[in-house]
Amino acid sequence: MIGVLARLAQDTGDGILVPAEPIQAGVTQIATPEIQWVALLPHLILVVGGILLLTIASLFRHRVPRWAYTIYTVAVAAGAIIAALPLWVRVQDAERGPFSAIAGALGVDGFSIFITVIICAGVILTALLADGYLKREGIDGPELFVLLLLAASGGTIMASANDLIVLFLGLEILSISVYVMAAMHARRFTSLEAGMKYFILGAFSSAFFLYGIALVYGASGSTNMIRINQYLASPTGVVLSENGLLLGGFALLLVGFGFKVAAVPFHAWAPDVYQGAPTPVTAFMASAVKAGGFAAMLRVFVLTFGTFSGDWQPVVFALAVLSLLVGSVLAIVQTNVKRMLAYSSIAHAGFILVGVEVATEQGTAAALFYLAAYTFMVVGSFAVITVVGRKGDGHHELSDYRGLARRQPVLAFVFTILLLAQAGVPFTAGFFAKFYVISAAVDAENYSLAIIAMVSAVIAAFLYLRIMISMYMSTDSEAVTGEPDRVPVPLAAGIALFVACVVTVVIGFVPGPITDLANDAVPFLVQVG
Amino acid sequence: MEAFLDGWGLTLMVFLPLAGALLMMLIPRSHEETLKVYALVFSVAAAVMGILVMIWFDYGQAGELQFVVDRSWIDAINSRYIVGMDGISLPLVALTLLIVPLCVIYSWNHFPDPKNPKAFLILILILETGMVGTFVAQDLILFFVFFEVVLLPMYFMIGVWGGEERLYASIKFFLYTLFGSALMIISFVAVFFLAQDPSSGDALRTFDMRTLSSIGQAGMLGTAGLWIFAGMFVGFGIKVPMFPFHTWLPDAHTQAPTVGSVILAAILLKLGTYGFVRIALPILPEASEDWAPWIGLLAVIGIIYGAICCLAQTDMKRLIAFSSVAHMGFVMLGIATLTDFGINAAIFGMVAHGLITGMLFFLAGSVKERYHTMEIKRLGGILLQAPRLGWILGFTAMASLGLPGLAGFWGEFPAILSSWNPAAILPLETFRTYTIVAAVGTVLAAGYLLWLYQRTSFGRPTEEFATEQFRDVEAPEWVAWVPMLLLILALGVYPNLVFGVTDDAVTQIAAAFGG
Repeated sequence: MIGVLARLAQDTGDGILVPAEPIQAGVTQIATPEIQWVALLPHLILVVGGILLLTIASLFRHRVPRWAYTIYTVAVAAGAIIAALPLWVRVQDAERGPFSAIAGALGVDGFSIFITVIICAGVILTALLADGYLKREGIDGPELFVLLLLAASGGTIMASANDLIVLFLGLEILSISVYVMAAMHARRFTSLEAGMKYFILGAFSSAFFLYGIALVYGASGSTNMIRINQYLASPTGVVLSENGLLLGGFALLLVGFGFKVAAVPFHAWAPDVYQGAPTPVTAFMASAVKAGGFAAMLRVFVLTFGTFSGDWQPVVFALAVLSLLVGSVLAIVQTNVKRMLAYSSIAHAGFILVGVEVATEQGTAAALFYLAAYTFMVVGSFAVITVVGRKGDGHHELSDYRGLARRQPVLAFVFTILLLAQAGVPFTAGFFAKFYVISAAVDAENYSLAIIAMVSAVIAAFLYLRIMISMYMSTDSEAVTGEPDRVPVPLAAGIALFVACVVTVVIGFVPGPITDLANDAVPFLVQVG
Repeated sequence: MEAFLDGWGLTLMVFLPLAGALLMMLIPRSHEETLKVYALVFSVAAAVMGILVMIWFDYGQAGELQFVVDRSWIDAINSRYIVGMDGISLPLVALTLLIVPLCVIYSWNHFPDPKNPKAFLILILILETGMVGTFVAQDLILFFVFFEVVLLPMYFMIGVWGGEERLYASIKFFLYTLFGSALMIISFVAVFFLAQDPSSGDALRTFDMRTLSSIGQAGMLGTAGLWIFAGMFVGFGIKVPMFPFHTWLPDAHTQAPTVGSVILAAILLKLGTYGFVRIALPILPEASEDWAPWIGLLAVIGIIYGAICCLAQTDMKRLIAFSSVAHMGFVMLGIATLTDFGINAAIFGMVAHGLITGMLFFLAGSVKERYHTMEIKRLGGILLQAPRLGWILGFTAMASLGLPGLAGFWGEFPAILSSWNPAAILPLETFRTYTIVAAVGTVLAAGYLLWLYQRTSFGRPTEEFATEQFRDVEAPEWVAWVPMLLLILALGVYPNLVFGVTDDAVTQIAAAFGG
């Protein structure tokens, strides 16, 4: 520690930390950057939408029916998607291309728009799911929807941040909203426990993250990703990396990201929190929160620190391998379905980390495709769990799924498709998601990672089989001895399930369009101006 | 007609069963008769398409792919929808299109518990699409997708309609095969990225098996090819199944319902051997030469090990399952010689094993339905109690042990013979040793099959069944079995029915090995 500090002092002494812009004497007016409102529109719609909902709901508390909240949330998220579409057209235009907004604080490129749309899709599905859930559990009020929109805005800001401080703001907006969401079901002890656990560990990881930013700032002299990237690409940057300051920054940032995306060994919170949180919130955590975390990780490591990939790749390699193996092996031994899927989502994070590790454009595109496909698969799966969980959100044991195929064949069939998609069976989105990641790894001649990933996919397949077995292959004698009744499927949850299932299958048959979009959504670092 | 078949023949043949399955999903479960008729109609329709394709197939050009359709599918990875049929695919497609309708007919009144004919028949039709698709696909990704499609219906068939240990058996089957597929897909992707144009050295980035085979023969891919071959070897070898990857097979067969066992033995196992002939050998000829002695070694171990295990079995179905390990060993030995003679024999062996072992599993199913046991020591005197059933069992057992004049002979004998003179690049002494060991295997085969027949069919019925009356062969059974029995006889008397079709295409593959 002292050594690092000493070196830090030495570096500053050498005058490497040059202020980014020389301060001009006699300036009387603070220069305000030009703000491109169009570029901010998707974020603004989410933030303003959330605050507006909070205001309206507190003014007319008992006069607004619950379904109105759901429709409002869906509309706001859809509005954000619609606002993002012209931006997509603009950044894909060869002449205009990607651009940065607010003095380089936010980057608008295909990548950030792609992630924005994924997160908004996650919000829409989660809101549909929450509708029936809140009614069943007797939780009134708009808080969950408000937090959902705010969390989404945090995620989209993370995905488009062009500056580490902005990135941190997005991370905190997202995280704090989700801490509260996890503790939403205040009458369930486990929900409170989940919120508390997530909060304490999350705050801890945020501190790591911030410290990482500070070290990187210390090493490179800027928090702006463009400047960091330029600095690292220059000869001075190479010399600097040898003093450990930058590497320390990398390490701490990786801890922060590893926590957010629940990569082993920073995964310990995930099973408890996923299990304890209200199931729709778990769905949101597994889809949108992960998407935001990976978006930021790709932007920071693959793009900004791309020239130093040799330094961070081995660490990400280890994270990926551990997540893949630990996630799939521990998933198998669980008996609680929610916990199983929590571990399986750790394994999925491992797959996406493979896409990060290869640090190529194919890898990024593969990770994006994976995130898009995974969002629908995982929200759909948790939708089934929400429905089967019954009043009290407590029926999540494997035995609660016994004979589901006989009682509710359609529900069981839909769950089967979603589980198979997670297992990566052909004709589902999951197959191509895994395929692209593996292709990217093989193309980068990273065969060992590809083989480990596929082997872990086989191990994980066992877990999805276990759930299917209890749905389809229970003996008739069990049917007689007090089997639970049919569970009602609320309309909104039904819609969410239908959409998730259809998207999963359609991508499985025609992956072309999403693949092309993911390939076009390569992140850029764009100069201010 | 020819234009229509050129454009749509193979596609309809592959997807008609799937269309049938989708249609049947809309029909309520209670309309059992309608569902059965639909399943039969669609499987027969696929067979009719197959017959039309086979009539218009140009047998003078059997070495060339015919009825080729090449359409864009997933542009992003340059994977295309390419299907085509040549002399190697044709016999296997014909086998599949024959067996599936027969299975539907056989199940007519024999649905295993827990019944639910709707789901059962839908699974059979989905299986058919996957199997036929695998035999005609000419794009690695398309091949892989069809190869995997087969997995799930079979998993459910074993897991839902199987015997006592069905959960264990179905999971073992699924995970084993999935593990193989996982390594296989990595190999395919590696081929995609490493394949180069031999003249210009440009990366090809293609999954087109036709292009890759033509480059393969120019000897590209170098030492990486050894590892790629290893991945494919595990993938296909598990499906075959080759020793030591065979342990899923006895469990799966023993637990599967009759029709499941028949499809598994008759067709699914051929997907693996077909993969070797169609993909591994032509695309990676250099690696094949290095691997061939090892494949041959595992093949003869399989022959002997399978036969010895057969002698130790107490369960009739399990015995037949182990005999599959032994018979597929002969097929793999034929492939390992890398000669046109050996590969021809292997393809004949696939067809013959499909018919004969499929038939044996049908018979085992019928015996089980009557006696409610498969335990050999509780059976006996079938010839007295159900004489026709007993005679058919005898006929099929003779075919299986390789009696000249029946189909089994032409699968085994040429395979053994071919290993005496393997391709010039292969070590002669090693393969001649294999010849001798494999020949011993045929003696063992005669031993366990005759012993099985003797214990189950000769003598008097055991005390517990002595007074019972059993139905002899019934109408659906006759309909399902007669075509197979006739084919076993026909192929045995005139083997050129298959050799004549396969030879041209096989010669092209073997040309890469100078044989």
